[in-house]
Amino acid sequence: MTGHADEGEDTDADASADTNTNASANTNANADLVDTLLEHADREPIAFDGLRLEATDDGYTVATPAGERTGLSERDLREALADETDDVSEYVTNWYYWQQVGGEGTARRAFLRWCERAPVEDTPGDESETEGTDEGRSETARTVPDRYEPLTDDGLEREWGQLSITVRLADSDGTSPGDRVYDVRHVEDRKADLADLEIHDRPRDARDLTTADERGRYRPLKTAPTLVSGWAFTGLAGDDLVDTVEFVYPATVANWHREQRGNLDVDHWLETAERQTGIYDVVDELPREAVEWMAEACCVDSQCLRRREWEYEEDDDLSVDGGDGPFPCREPCSLVIAAARKWAILETEEERTWEFELTTSEKNQLEALLDAVADGRVDEIREADVNRGANRYRARYLRAKRVDDEGNLCGVDSSVDSDS
Amino acid sequence: MHAHSQAQALVIVAHGSHLNPDASNPTYAHADTIRDAGAFDEVREAFWKEEPHFREVIRTLESEEIYVVPLFISEGYFTEQVIPRELRLEEWDPERWDSDGTDASQATLEATDVGKRVHYCGPVGTHNAMSDVIVQRAESVTGDSDVGDGFGLAVVGHGTERNANSAKAIEYHADRIRETGRFDEVQALFMDEEPEVDDVTDFFESDDVVVVPLFVADGYHTQEDIPEDMGLTDDYRTGWDVPATVDGTRIWYAGAVGTEALMADVVLERAADAGADVDAAIDEVRERTGGTSTETESERHVTGD
Repeated sequence: MTGHADEGEDTDADASADTNTNASANTNANADLVDTLLEHADREPIAFDGLRLEATDDGYTVATPAGERTGLSERDLREALADETDDVSEYVTNWYYWQQVGGEGTARRAFLRWCERAPVEDTPGDESETEGTDEGRSETARTVPDRYEPLTDDGLEREWGQLSITVRLADSDGTSPGDRVYDVRHVEDRKADLADLEIHDRPRDARDLTTADERGRYRPLKTAPTLVSGWAFTGLAGDDLVDTVEFVYPATVANWHREQRGNLDVDHWLETAERQTGIYDVVDELPREAVEWMAEACCVDSQCLRRREWEYEEDDDLSVDGGDGPFPCREPCSLVIAAARKWAILETEEERTWEFELTTSEKNQLEALLDAVADGRVDEIREADVNRGANRYRARYLRAKRVDDEGNLCGVDSSVDSDS
Repeated sequence: MHAHSQAQALVIVAHGSHLNPDASNPTYAHADTIRDAGAFDEVREAFWKEEPHFREVIRTLESEEIYVVPLFISEGYFTEQVIPRELRLEEWDPERWDSDGTDASQATLEATDVGKRVHYCGPVGTHNAMSDVIVQRAESVTGDSDVGDGFGLAVVGHGTERNANSAKAIEYHADRIRETGRFDEVQALFMDEEPEVDDVTDFFESDDVVVVPLFVADGYHTQEDIPEDMGLTDDYRTGWDVPATVDGTRIWYAGAVGTEALMADVVLERAADAGADVDAAIDEVRERTGGTSTETESERHVTGD
């Protein structure tokens, strides 16, 4: 763990009731912070998020974008750092927090920095922008003071699929200066009163929240846009935030980070299909055009929040749009492979010409039924709305009229070669 | 969990399901037990049919030493082909386990997408400690920590004519438990090969027989097929009694052994055999999951652990 002494602490408690205790705790914590900082600076110069601190023969040099001070004695420096009105203080607590987070170069650290719009660390010399921002908008990374103002107030918010993640500076007892805490909610609960939400603080609780959709049906695809709302994780430490996100949307942080660094290892359809064995050996026989239909059926934003980055094969793109999700999809998932097996088998069937006697409205009704099922709208069609083709009474009437006792439409026997 | 440079991670790999939300419950339960014991810097579940997929789990870890334990019953298609392929253990070859079907311990390989060392362990189902779990299952279903005298024990596996290792794992534990002499009779039975579980009472003379299915999770086989095949019930939906009397024999049907809490210990033992530093956690987990009873300990001794 990263040394957050406040795990499980109720950060929503009224901190002002405890001002005296907090003040003395903070003084001690500040002394620790400055000790750590000076030890570090005596070993090697610090250059981080705009803060520069260097031990020279003439004393310390401390600089921020606001200015530089040189020739400081240790005592001068301690005084400057202890002064919370001095902007150096923010830079130093910011440095201290990210020291505690550690994990240079890891997805965890990059994600936590993305949450508060800190500059990307992995691309030195290009700190002007962070990539992969909300709704595809490019956004300028924030300086320390630009982050600290909202962090001490309502916090900074990011969306990750259907998650709304808010980071704030910790204000409760026992936290170190600069400590962040993270809250996670469903995006639909962004404005909800905390008292109306079910509160959690253990990352693994997220598993139960993500198992079923609002109708209680199992969600085999974690990135389906069917996450239930009505809960909140509050006051999480950074590690626990990442674990929580990992339980809700597994491996999305790791793949996002790879994409940020330009090394996302995409496996396209054909190589993924050809890798399969056993009962999935057949999926590479799915025709090229069927792969298009499959992507349109399964891999669009309305069905999955991942942004499809795989194509038919390298240099042979699918025409279907890959979507706008914040995290990439780097290869066809197990649900797509399982469905592809079914389609690969179905697509081996010969096409035949059928003759059915239907009125124009009946043909239209079959299309309306298909649409309603494909768009998941069956439940929205009201009991008595007989103007809708996919209304249950309308469907039952059509069946009574046009389907025989063997289930054949218009009595046309199709039992010979069907496998559906 | 914050990982330092020599950190170790555990990945429990399991089948999972697109259709049944309960299939992954045992995997999560055992992973949580091990998380709480604190032996690993990181603990992850990964699945063939759920997420994170085998394919993408290793990249979610910061640790350099990674122990992968398959929550599968036998050495076969999944443990020898699918899992190593999907984890990108490119140097893998089933020969690396040097096993005749029940001996796999571990192989150290590189996961090529991340360049990290992976200790790929044999399945939990063939570990010696699994015999203890089967016995513990018998204890919990009968509510008798001394169960054995006057009892027969049937260890039931899927079995398949396609892979001899499937039956070997079942027979292996049946043999080991038989050798302890704790139960009057011990028999390995199968769903898809002889001797079949349908005829369970034909294979026992005891009035009481505990039936323990060696499956990772409860599902279609353990909750529908086997109870109906044995004649515990005509319709699984109406349930069955424990014990239920079939042809004058009381059948104590236990449900999948993989749901037994002590399974977490087998997972840890697998990782320990592969070099993971988990000794303290093994003690804690055995204590917490009921694995330190005298019977179990002495049995482990007798069976050569």
